[in-house]
Amino acid sequence: MRLITKATILVAALALAACTDPGRFGNGDGSGANGGAGAAGSASDPTSTAYFQQSVGDRVLFAVDQFNISPEYISVLDGQATWLTTNSDYIATIEGHADEQGTSAYNLALSARRANAVREYLISRGVSGNRLQVVSYGKERPIEVCSDEACYTKNRRAVTVLSSALTG
Amino acid sequence: MMRYLATVLVCFGMLLLPVTVNSEPLRITIDEGIIEPMPFAVPDFEAENAAADAYATNIARVIAEDLSGTGLFRELPSSAFISQVTDFGAAIQYADWKAINAQALITGAVNVSGDTLNVKFRVYDVFSGAELGNGLQFAGTLNGWRRMAHKVADAVYSRITGEGGYFDSRVVFVSETGPKNDRKKRLAIMDYDGANAQFLTGSEAIVLAPRFSPTGDRVLYTSYESGFPRIYVLDVGGTQNSRALEQQEGTMSFAPRFAPDGQTVVYSLTQGGNTDIYTLNIASGGTTRLTNTPSIETAPSYSPDGSQIVFESDRSGTQQLYTMPASGGEARRISFGQGRYGTPVWSPRGDLVAFTKQNKGRFHIGVMRLDGSEERLLTASFLDEGPTWAPNGRVIMFTRETQGAGGVASLYSVDISGRNLKPVRTPEGGSDPSWSPLQN
Repeated sequence: MRLITKATILVAALALAACTDPGRFGNGDGSGANGGAGAAGSASDPTSTAYFQQSVGDRVLFAVDQFNISPEYISVLDGQATWLTTNSDYIATIEGHADEQGTSAYNLALSARRANAVREYLISRGVSGNRLQVVSYGKERPIEVCSDEACYTKNRRAVTVLSSALTG
Repeated sequence: MMRYLATVLVCFGMLLLPVTVNSEPLRITIDEGIIEPMPFAVPDFEAENAAADAYATNIARVIAEDLSGTGLFRELPSSAFISQVTDFGAAIQYADWKAINAQALITGAVNVSGDTLNVKFRVYDVFSGAELGNGLQFAGTLNGWRRMAHKVADAVYSRITGEGGYFDSRVVFVSETGPKNDRKKRLAIMDYDGANAQFLTGSEAIVLAPRFSPTGDRVLYTSYESGFPRIYVLDVGGTQNSRALEQQEGTMSFAPRFAPDGQTVVYSLTQGGNTDIYTLNIASGGTTRLTNTPSIETAPSYSPDGSQIVFESDRSGTQQLYTMPASGGEARRISFGQGRYGTPVWSPRGDLVAFTKQNKGRFHIGVMRLDGSEERLLTASFLDEGPTWAPNGRVIMFTRETQGAGGVASLYSVDISGRNLKPVRTPEGGSDPSWSPLQN
C-alpha cells in the first residue's frame, strides 16, 4: 500500500497525532465513527491538528443551496491558510457536505462546489493547490441527525481535514 | 449469484393478446381509473407427482401475490371456492366460479423431474365460459421456482391487461443500516418482490445509485472505495467482479447510467467544483464531454431509443429538467412547474419521464410527458426520491426516507396513476432502487 513501515507509521502517528486518511470517510470531521479529536494531540500545541480543528477552525458553513463563502468565515479560512503555510508537512482534503434537503446527485455536485470554494480561497491565500484535494459527500455524512434547520445549518459544511504529507 | 435458466419448452400458440369471446371480454384497461380490482381465483396447482406437492401450492401463492400486488386484481380466498380443481385436464365448472364472482380463474399443474420443474397453466374468462389464450408450459430448475410463478403471473397479467408484465424481474438497490450520522451502505440485489435478496458489496465504502444494464447482466454504481466518489461496473450475471471506470486524478464521478447499447455510460464528472455530463465507452475507456457550463448538470438518463438524454441542470438558477441529443448539443428545458425537479428517468415505453420534485418543503415522485405537459405527482412525503421504472412502464419504485433523528430509508412502489402506493420488502433499510428489465 504505502512504502512506509509500521514502526514509521506508529512514530509518525505519535508525533503528528490524528493523521487522518483522506481515503476513508468520516475521519477528522467529527462526523461520527472516526471523528473524535481525542487523539489529535494537545490543542495548546499550535502545530497540532487539534489546534487546527479547535483554535483555527476546520470548517465553514453555508446557506441553503449556496456555495459562496460568507464573510463570517473569511477569518477562519485566512487562519487555515496561515496554518497550512506554516505547517508545510500537512496536506488537506476539503470535504464538502450538504443537508438532507435535496436529491442525492445534486447534493454531491453542490457539496463539490462548497469544497472547491474553500480550496480556491485557500489557494488565493497562498496555499499550493497540490496540497489541497476535495471530496464531495453530498448528504451522505451528516453530523447532526435532526430534520430541522438547527441541524441542517451544521451539516451544510466544508471541512478541511488534515493529513500528513508522509501518508498522503 | 442466482444462476437460472428457464426455457419455454412448450408454447402452443403463444397468443398473448386476450381472446375476446363475447361482448364483455376479460380485460383491464390500465389507463382507465380502476376503482374495483378484478376478482380472481388461483386454486393450488395440481401436483403431478409427490415431489411437486410443495411447489404446487407455493407457485399458486406467488402468482396470487403478484397479481394482487398490482392493485388491479383481488384474490378470492380458497375458503370461498365451491369447486375444487384437482385435475388440470378436467372441464371447468364455470357456474361454480361465477357464483363466487371470480372473473378470472387460473389453473395449473406442476411436476418435478430430477432438478427440473415443469409448470403448466391455463387462464379462464369465467363469465365468458372460455379459456383466455392458450395453455402454456414453462420449465426451469427447482430453485428457480419463484421465477416460474412470476412468469405465469406475467402471462396472466399480460393477457388481461394487454400490457407487458413485470414480475419476473429484479431490483438492485442500496441496503442501509445504522443511524443517519453513521450509516452503512452496501449494494444488494433481489427479486422485484423482495425475495432472494443478496448483498453484492461490503459496507466499507459508501455506495450509491446502482443502475442495471439493458440486459440486467451488469450494474453501474458509485463507490467511495478510492476515497472519492467514482463510477464502477459490477458483473451481476456471473463473476461479481467490479472495476472502476473512471479514475482521473482530481476528479469525482457519479450518477452513471447505461445507454441502450449497453456499451456507453453517461455520467457526471466533477472537476474544479463544476459538474458536467460525459459519456464513456466501456470497452475503450474513451470519454466525451456532453455539457460545458458552469452550472450543475447531473442525473442523465437515455431515451429508450438512445437518441436523447434527459438530465437535470440548475443553469436557470434552480434544478430543472432538460433534454438534449445523445451526442450533446442544445438542451431544451421541459419542466416549468413550481419547485425544483431532479433525477429524471425516461420511461421504458418512451412516453414519460419520472422525476423527483421538491416544492414547499415536500418531496414528490411525479411523471410528465417529454414536452413537460401532463405533469402528475404520484406521491408526497418528507423525502421521496429516485424513481425507477418497472419494465412495462406502469409502476415506479423509489426511496422514501422518514423525518428526524431516527429517520430510515425504505423502498416503495406506486403505479403511474398514483394508486397502490406500498412498501417493498427489503432485508434492511433500502434506497436507490434500479429495476431490471424482464428476465429471459
